[in-house]
Amino acid sequence: MELMLEVKSLAFSYGNGPVFENVSFSLKKGEVMCILGPNGAGKSTLIKCIAGILKPAAGSIRIQGKDTTSLGVRRVARLIGYVPQQNEVVFPFSVLDFVIMGRAPHLSMFASPGAEDMEIAKDSLAVVGLSDLAERPVSSLSGGQSQMVLIARALVQKPSLLLLDEPTSHLDFGNQILVLETVQRLASMGISIVMNTHMPDHAFLVGSRAAALTGGKLVALGEVETVVTSKMMSSVYSVNVAVREIEDMKRKVCLPLRRK
Amino acid sequence: MLDCRRSRTVLVYLLPIALLIGSLFVGRYQTPVSVVVEESMKAFSYLFFGTPASVSTHHTVLFNVRLPRILAALLVGAALSVAGASFQGIFRNPLVSPYILGVGAGAGFGACLAILLWNSYLFIQLMAFAFGLLAMFLAISMGKASKGTGTLVLVLSGMIVGSVFTALTSLVKYVADPYDELPAIVFWLMGSLADVRYDDLLYILLPIFVGALVLFLLRWRINILSLGDEEAKALGINVEKMRLIIIVCATLMTSAAVSISGVIGWVGLVVPHISRMIVGPNYSRLLPMSMVIGSSFMLLVDDLSRTIAATEIPLGILTSLVGAPLFAYLLRRGRMGWN
Repeated sequence: MELMLEVKSLAFSYGNGPVFENVSFSLKKGEVMCILGPNGAGKSTLIKCIAGILKPAAGSIRIQGKDTTSLGVRRVARLIGYVPQQNEVVFPFSVLDFVIMGRAPHLSMFASPGAEDMEIAKDSLAVVGLSDLAERPVSSLSGGQSQMVLIARALVQKPSLLLLDEPTSHLDFGNQILVLETVQRLASMGISIVMNTHMPDHAFLVGSRAAALTGGKLVALGEVETVVTSKMMSSVYSVNVAVREIEDMKRKVCLPLRRK
Repeated sequence: MLDCRRSRTVLVYLLPIALLIGSLFVGRYQTPVSVVVEESMKAFSYLFFGTPASVSTHHTVLFNVRLPRILAALLVGAALSVAGASFQGIFRNPLVSPYILGVGAGAGFGACLAILLWNSYLFIQLMAFAFGLLAMFLAISMGKASKGTGTLVLVLSGMIVGSVFTALTSLVKYVADPYDELPAIVFWLMGSLADVRYDDLLYILLPIFVGALVLFLLRWRINILSLGDEEAKALGINVEKMRLIIIVCATLMTSAAVSISGVIGWVGLVVPHISRMIVGPNYSRLLPMSMVIGSSFMLLVDDLSRTIAATEIPLGILTSLVGAPLFAYLLRRGRMGWN
């Protein structure tokens, strides 16, 4: 299968010691990788480095074989879609106006979106199942709907790689599953996905691969089954974690346990 | 429903033209409709066919006194409003005015200094324009030099630059001749379009036109900048460059407007809000609407300033006295177009 993303020896620092260093992994077309790790481990920072928002201190990022630093922000944005953790929209744009902003990397500097871009935006809204909300102001949406709208905006970029920063935090069970199913569907359409999550269990639901980031290093990387183990998760989160196979559901679950 | 809204929007676009015509009649010197029509025909035939027109008192009042002032009000109102709307977008804050980077304080100081040193109308304009731009460059370079990033540092730099220029303006006032220069300084700072001639319009037309043109071409991208630096970057926008272009253009417009009108507050802050209530927050529609509403509002206020009392009432006073209750009323009605 085609190699989509190659991250090599990536390091980042805000100026006082590294947030993380020597992070390397790769991702094939249509693969979903879940990045796990405790709060403050640098998961969001890692995603922002890949998205080109933050400048890494060392290492390289290649997307479809091309180094992102040589591509420039605009061309990177045509290949990589970024779905932020939460968005504070100051001005309540309509959902359609908001989603169509994802066309920016495809338009020349002085251009405004036209009829074709409008169609692409509407198609993306249909993909996430929010066509009915096109005229609603984004400020009136629920948490789940906002998340879907952010995903729709990233899809409008026509990316090969989608980065999601904790897409299921703040969401109820129903919306968590809705987001995860959407992620799965996008992956089956050939989009590679890197997703931060606080729920190792979600890796069992969508991930084909997983990585654990803690103490500034990637301590585990590989198939979900090999990363999300009781031992590994317990050491990553500094609390006892149980990983069990639920026989009648034919899937594994990962649950934290209370300290005695 | 949609058609109704669209036709209402079209009506709003006709507002400045209607006000322009209406304002020709406004003033202490009586001009009946027949005279205005007749003089307009003469003026047109002179403009387009070169038919020499005899210069009557009517002609002088209408086309040498009122018209330049009307055009100046339209231009200044449009410039301040478009600049204000743009600044609000890139600073992600609906409470930002065009003077956020100290441009108003800088231009005020430039004008006061010119009154103190030369007291020539042309120099006052030039110095106001130049010091407005200088204030912006100081704020930007201070923002660049500091370690922090983004708009917050820029706003703080603007405050620093603004307070220095305000202090310097006070110093100029302090040393100015209290019978001659000081009143001139005070009146200039309160804002007025009373002395505007066609020449003045010519000087400010270019910076305002250039600034407006670039902002209009970039207006859809202001939406994206209003999402914040990180998201804008992820959407492929060169944030620093785009923000700099928008700041320079908005400042060009503001400085040019202030150089002939004085520092008029409130317009650049309130008009974008009123416009958002009509067309929503999308800058593709917001910027043209701000221009239309801003020019209309300014012209209306200027008409008031030259009619409600025997003497001129400075514009800066009236924009607030008219604008504040209007804004309070709109606030009560809800729908602000921001969170």
